[in-house]
Amino acid sequence: MTGEAMEQNVVIQKGYARLKKTRALFIGGLFTALVILIGVAVTLGSADFTVDESYLAILAGLFPGIFSAPELTKTIIWDYRLHRVLFAVCAGFGLAIAGSVMQGILRNPLASPFTLGIASAATTGASIAIVLGAGVAGGEYLVITNAFLFALLAALAIYGMARYRGIGSETMVLAGIAVMYLFSAVTSLLQYVGSAEQLQAVVFWTFGSVDKSTWPKLAIVSLVLACTVPYLLYRAWDLNALAEGDEVAASLGVPVERSMILFMVIASLITAVIICFTGTIGFIGLVAPHITRMVVGGDFRTLLPASGLVGALLLLGADSIARSVLAPQVLPVGIVTAFLGVPFFIYLFLRRRDA
Amino acid sequence: MTARLSVEDLSFAYRDREVLREITFPVAAGEVLGLVGPNGCGKTTLIRCVDGMLTPRGGRVLLSGREIRTMHRREVARAMAYVPQSAGNRTSSTVFETVLMGRRPYLSWTVSPEDEEKVAEALDLLDLRGLALRKVSELSGGERQRVMIARALVQETGVILLDEPTSNLDVCHQMAAMEVLSGLAEERGLAVVIALHDLNLAATYCHRLLVLSAGSVYGYGAPEEVLTEEMLRTVYGIEAVVKRDLSAPYMVPVRSGGLRGRA
Repeated sequence: MTGEAMEQNVVIQKGYARLKKTRALFIGGLFTALVILIGVAVTLGSADFTVDESYLAILAGLFPGIFSAPELTKTIIWDYRLHRVLFAVCAGFGLAIAGSVMQGILRNPLASPFTLGIASAATTGASIAIVLGAGVAGGEYLVITNAFLFALLAALAIYGMARYRGIGSETMVLAGIAVMYLFSAVTSLLQYVGSAEQLQAVVFWTFGSVDKSTWPKLAIVSLVLACTVPYLLYRAWDLNALAEGDEVAASLGVPVERSMILFMVIASLITAVIICFTGTIGFIGLVAPHITRMVVGGDFRTLLPASGLVGALLLLGADSIARSVLAPQVLPVGIVTAFLGVPFFIYLFLRRRDA
Repeated sequence: MTARLSVEDLSFAYRDREVLREITFPVAAGEVLGLVGPNGCGKTTLIRCVDGMLTPRGGRVLLSGREIRTMHRREVARAMAYVPQSAGNRTSSTVFETVLMGRRPYLSWTVSPEDEEKVAEALDLLDLRGLALRKVSELSGGERQRVMIARALVQETGVILLDEPTSNLDVCHQMAAMEVLSGLAEERGLAVVIALHDLNLAATYCHRLLVLSAGSVYGYGAPEEVLTEEMLRTVYGIEAVVKRDLSAPYMVPVRSGGLRGRA
């Protein structure tokens, strides 16, 4: 190789190193923004605490011997706010990651847990619990387990149809859309036969909110994320290859069918475990990956963590606004996410050069 | 000596429609084989069978004497690269990363400086230096094709299969791509299989041609032997003159029913 060519190679590699640094900075920036937002979000709410009071209450809960705070402040912060804030972070993070995985492997910019019928199946499950009172578990968990099981049922149905027809992105998207319409129809039927209160409960469920978060629910969601996200990151190269097409992936040594199924199962599981607690918070899973991709490109090594952070920021930001804009009234977060995210998304979309 | 790639009695059918019938050919290290034939004759199907993406109904594919069916996917990916037709339309990554993906059969997660160096080398070889940090989706069709060829090169395989790699390239880049491929075949002892529409390009750069006609081998051999007026008439149904006064045979189609037809 000539000296000039070698020099050129160094230039290319340096350029790439710069790109990697920019991305790392972007992720770092998102992370910092999220930490700050968490800090702000815990101070927001109908009970009027100052920032100092809120932080003192958090510290008093963590280190009871060293710090002390009034019992009421501590109760409100620990029992009502803190887990809610962290739940919004986890839910946003998970939904965005599930969305980027689905968009990637199905190679469809519209793929998300919602367009694929997983959310609509969860709504059906919840409706059956609300309207008919039928379900596997009883009490508080009736609606949750129903929503979760139906979400997995939808994923299974999509997988079954795709399996029969030959696993491929197109079959999965079409099967997903069919499943979505089917479950929507079942939900409509249940709404039709339900009483006014039941109808209201179903509609409320579909707005999506993090109102009902608790520490145990947060623990379940974070456990699922802790088990799945590192694995997805570990297989980022395979996701990259699959995003380009089955043929490319196969020729690069990726077991295409097996991987597609596994990734779909993981994405469905993450979605199911989140929306069974929150109701349908649409939009995050669809838009957070797009926003992130426009900024950092499609490499899953960066895309996964970055879109997770964008999702967390979006959902927590939306929830904070939902709690403060009409306080003490709390707006359903699903409505706010759309109001907040859509204009931003449209702005990025119109600004993009290769749109 | 064992051929780098050998295909033996390969047959394939979509349900009951037979697409390939008993195809046999070897490709030695350092050899460029051109797959030619009219549209729908089975070139792409053959390449996909060889790469293991389609399961043949009969026959076998051997890589340096080992049957591909007995090999692990990753092993196959280290031995054989594939450049599909019109690839890369969906890629929103940069050129550098798209080519880097070719290292996937060797990578787990981290990328070593050597991997990056190999990518830079391949970019250099295919005249893509200036585009390294651009998004693939922003490139022209021809540039994308060169990106895909670069990716196949960093896969460092002994065999490269290419499906119409020059279809979107202008004549200058067509020749450049073929120069690179035939040069590498010679230098690194690669076995290269290229499906091509342009018979003259195939005759210029390929050591051997395999003519497919309706799923069967019509002819196999050096371009001088295979590219004949008789073959063009039978396989393509066209009248053409094959000139033999250049370094490689050169065919010029004759307009059938031209002025004479109108008179």
